[in-house]
Amino acid sequence: MLRYITQRILYMLLTLLVIATITFFLMKLLPGSPFNNQDKLTETQRYALNEKYGLNDPVPVQYINYITKLAQGDLGYTFQFDGRTVNSLIVNGMGPSATVGFEALLFGTIVGLLLGILAALRHNTFLDYGAMVIAVFGIAIPSFVFAGLLQYYIGVKLEWLPVAFWNGPEYHILPAFSLSVGVIATVARFMRTEMLEILGTDYILMARSKGVSKSSVIFKHSVRNSLIPIVTILGPMAIGLITGSLVIENIFAIPGIGEQFVKAIQVNDYPVIMGTTIFYSFLIVAIILIVDILYGIIDPRIRVAGGKS
Amino acid sequence: MKKSKWSLLLTLVLVLSMFLAACSGGDKDNTSDSKGGEGEKATEKPNEPQVLNLVDSSEIPSMDSSQATDAVSFEVMNNVFEGLYRLDKDNQPTEGVAASHTVSEDGTVYTFKLNPDAKWSDGSQVVAKDFVYAWQKALHPDTLSEYAYIMGPVKNANAIQTDGDPLYGKVDQLGVKAVDDTTLEVTLEAPAPYFLGLTGFATFYPQKEEYVKKQGDKFSLEADTMIYNGPFVLSEWKHNEGWQYKKNDQYWDKDTVKLDEINVKIVKDVATGVNLYETGQVDSVGLNSEFVDQFEGNEDITKRGEATVFFLRINQKKEELKNVNIRKAIDMAYDKKSLVDVLLNNGSTPAYYLVPGEFTFSPEGNEDFRKTNGDFGKFDPKEAKKLWEKGLEEIGKKEVSIEFLNYDSDGAKKDGEYIKNQLEKNLPGLKVSIKAQPFKQKLELESNGEYDISYAGWGPDYQDPMTFIDMFVTDGAHNQMNYSNPKYDELVNNAKKETDVNKRWEMMLEAEKVLFEDQAISPIYQRGLTGLRKPYVKGTVNHLFGADTSYKWMYIEGKQK
Repeated sequence: MLRYITQRILYMLLTLLVIATITFFLMKLLPGSPFNNQDKLTETQRYALNEKYGLNDPVPVQYINYITKLAQGDLGYTFQFDGRTVNSLIVNGMGPSATVGFEALLFGTIVGLLLGILAALRHNTFLDYGAMVIAVFGIAIPSFVFAGLLQYYIGVKLEWLPVAFWNGPEYHILPAFSLSVGVIATVARFMRTEMLEILGTDYILMARSKGVSKSSVIFKHSVRNSLIPIVTILGPMAIGLITGSLVIENIFAIPGIGEQFVKAIQVNDYPVIMGTTIFYSFLIVAIILIVDILYGIIDPRIRVAGGKS
Repeated sequence: MKKSKWSLLLTLVLVLSMFLAACSGGDKDNTSDSKGGEGEKATEKPNEPQVLNLVDSSEIPSMDSSQATDAVSFEVMNNVFEGLYRLDKDNQPTEGVAASHTVSEDGTVYTFKLNPDAKWSDGSQVVAKDFVYAWQKALHPDTLSEYAYIMGPVKNANAIQTDGDPLYGKVDQLGVKAVDDTTLEVTLEAPAPYFLGLTGFATFYPQKEEYVKKQGDKFSLEADTMIYNGPFVLSEWKHNEGWQYKKNDQYWDKDTVKLDEINVKIVKDVATGVNLYETGQVDSVGLNSEFVDQFEGNEDITKRGEATVFFLRINQKKEELKNVNIRKAIDMAYDKKSLVDVLLNNGSTPAYYLVPGEFTFSPEGNEDFRKTNGDFGKFDPKEAKKLWEKGLEEIGKKEVSIEFLNYDSDGAKKDGEYIKNQLEKNLPGLKVSIKAQPFKQKLELESNGEYDISYAGWGPDYQDPMTFIDMFVTDGAHNQMNYSNPKYDELVNNAKKETDVNKRWEMMLEAEKVLFEDQAISPIYQRGLTGLRKPYVKGTVNHLFGADTSYKWMYIEGKQK
């Protein structure tokens, strides 16, 4: 198992290097300069500024300089905010983003699982249809529409919860809920399908006929086995959520990192483009690894390497 | 019978209540007006909490005055720092750190007497060498600021920034000298009547060398790694979330400052800002055109013009566009007023000029530059068609297709479609193909001259017509459209050297006329801003260049009833 994990980590690093390289050269194809007031700079001033930031060097030289620094964990300085490092930008922004994302993921998964299980157990009843209608709406309606509606009715009209900002726990409710709607819907649908399939398998019938209690059949056998596809989708979904949702963060004025992913590209903020891409990729490969390990815990049949010996 | 009696009574009550409501509303206005108008108000502190709550659209990009380039930074700095002069309610320079100044006869040497009461928030005096240090720092190749070009009027500033120049990097050659602690002597390259206003611009703020060096890399990155010399200090700065101003006890003119606290939160979504405004959590918010419709007629609505002008660049690299009649036809063939009223709907006004209105005033008689020169051209599809046909004949063509370079924002795309439709409708034989590009890409294509016409904008760097007028000199950095007219070049160059302010003014008026005789550009509109502001926020002071707002003169009155 340990050897397997070490091997996987080495592959991870290689993957990251490839991603960083491709992104770097693609990014250099972006036209324009990273300077905020590009429209007012003259050619000589721009040359002088490029010189200062090493942007006049040939691209391969810039690449080697960048990778050397990257290896030391230094992502450089952002062009948008004076004197701020990309590392600090990511660290500061990740807190709120990950908090909201995690809350949404937790809430969404629990509610989604419950809905899915209930729908499967009460197959073709009113409850089943109700749950699936919720799921369809949840997938069809984008989270920012929910966010806008919640903000207006709960925040402005009823004044039950804060309209926006990021202070105490009450400020988390609306954004986390808005984000979780999609999670609820996805998880509920997967869970229902999977449960239905497993409830119809021979071994469940066998267990029931053996006289195993109904609750035991549901929780020990069907639910556990239905979790596998959920774990698979949970990984990528988690990254999407914790790295921040641009729209939700903007609507609720949350100081997260979501915007940086998008804005950095628009303003040619080279170090931030690289920093966020590498960070995002790192999370993805790390989560894929974790998911692979989790598989084995849930289902002994796919215990990856060590299981065989 | 009984029923009608009741309804009559009800009507009476309603009518009466309307009267009462109207009266009380009127009363409130009257009292606030009379109070606000009196001079004694300035010294008397109103007895309600002086707290203002605002939103801004972005994190503060920079608090190092020698580095800042953007509107948010300029606004914050304008309220926590102070240059030699600052802009007052009427956008005229008023005393800042300088108490007075004299100008040499040829208009190139300014001697400023600094106010000995002007202090940093650590209690030390703001002295002349603080200015020398900050200005030299902005130009030094190591710090080279993206806005360093703004120092152009100061002697040798351009040479110091230019790699290869014998003066490159020699900041000690900059035309600024600390004669003693309270005397600062500034030498200009050429007379610049707008220089006084420019000293209120961020890049010209002082910095205390000793403090900056002590903070090192951390300088200006946090609220407690800066010292302030403006009406307010930053008491808190939560990155990406917001910041808080507190009144500066050390400020030399603190008796004028009435607000005790200003809370600013970062809100990027306009709808969120409006929702916060409606729940009373913020006192003022900007609107985009969607919301302008929704709040039309609301008494909190505020509209103001900006000094930013949008126009079509007409690139004379394109053979057909070298013809002046064709250029004139293009300018006349689309209705700017409808575009402004229907599409923009944000307080913008149609423009038939380059130098914006309500922005600069003549040295003698104080007349608006815009008023003196008036409008050039108008919407006239018939005349446009005539000129168009004449032009086509002159170039010997029946059809012309041009590429229209546009921004890729939603608003600009609509404007572009509108202009395209109008042009194609009113100028038979014209084909316009729109190329919408991301902002930076668009600028890049523009500076490479790879377009035929393009949707462009320009905001002022200083309060003088020259900031617009000198854009289109032959081979100028911002010309970017192969326009060249020796007469225009000569007027601009002479105006830059002219010591007689009146003659200089005349030359600039003349230069704008030449530009429009040639129809070098086709102006579209002068941008306006629409927002909501609670009626208890008084004394708002907005500016047309540099910082947007000064809080120094603002106060709260009538919030608590």
